[in-house]
Amino acid sequence: MSLDTVLFYVLAALVLGSAVMTITRRNVVHAAVWLISALVGVAGLFLLRGAEFLAGVQVIVYIGGIMVLFLFVIMLVPVHEESTQRRFSNQKWPATVAAVALFLWVAFIAVNGVSMLDHPGMAEPLGPGSLSENSEAVGLVLFSQYLLPFELASILLLVAIIGAIVMSKTRSRETES
Amino acid sequence: MLEVTTSHYVVLSTLLMLIGVIGILIRRNILVLLMSVELILNAVNINLVAFSASLQQVHGQVFSIFVITVAAAEAAVGLGILIALFRNKQTVHADEIDLLRW
Repeated sequence: MSLDTVLFYVLAALVLGSAVMTITRRNVVHAAVWLISALVGVAGLFLLRGAEFLAGVQVIVYIGGIMVLFLFVIMLVPVHEESTQRRFSNQKWPATVAAVALFLWVAFIAVNGVSMLDHPGMAEPLGPGSLSENSEAVGLVLFSQYLLPFELASILLLVAIIGAIVMSKTRSRETES
Repeated sequence: MLEVTTSHYVVLSTLLMLIGVIGILIRRNILVLLMSVELILNAVNINLVAFSASLQQVHGQVFSIFVITVAAAEAAVGLGILIALFRNKQTVHADEIDLLRW
């Protein structure tokens, strides 16, 4: 077993275990902390596949941004009464069966389709690829070929910022009148 | 079994998607629902990066950056909606929100 193989299985176990803990914890704060652990595992998988820049983006944006946003909202919403409430909805068993059926279907198609990519040599990571090399390659493609989607993404983020502010602000003038 | 191939990554990401879908379908708390959406988007990113490595092309990683951008926008808007919802309904449970039901 090479180091890559061992690392893959360790990270896969970390990601899947943390994901299961995320959706089963009663306390929302615990779920958020387990989700952070799963996201760190995904960042490790990115490193393993030679995507150093993306691993950094994953840590900064997901763990530094999105998860802090989650924790802020958890702070605004009372969680103490959560322990007395039901965790799962009424349709939990049919829903689980349906999800597993979906998984089997997707996995069957995916593994059949991907196995042609699996001959040795294709599965090598992207060269020795230091951080600068990978970031350089991503940056070159992002700012030349994908320049328009990049600008559209900034517009999307602007719209999301305005939308989040508009929806979460209090409408004091309306409530007074 | 000994060598990690793209299939391993695809199976891993499908399992992660399975967990996310189960989380969306069975939990009542909307915060956990939004976290499950993040799990599914991460499964997509694992796929894109694995294919990017196996095809020796950087395009998959660029797409992953866009997916992360959309995930950030989705989380911001989703949590904004959640705050507005909690202000109006005093609940964060998905099955207690039945304003459109008669």
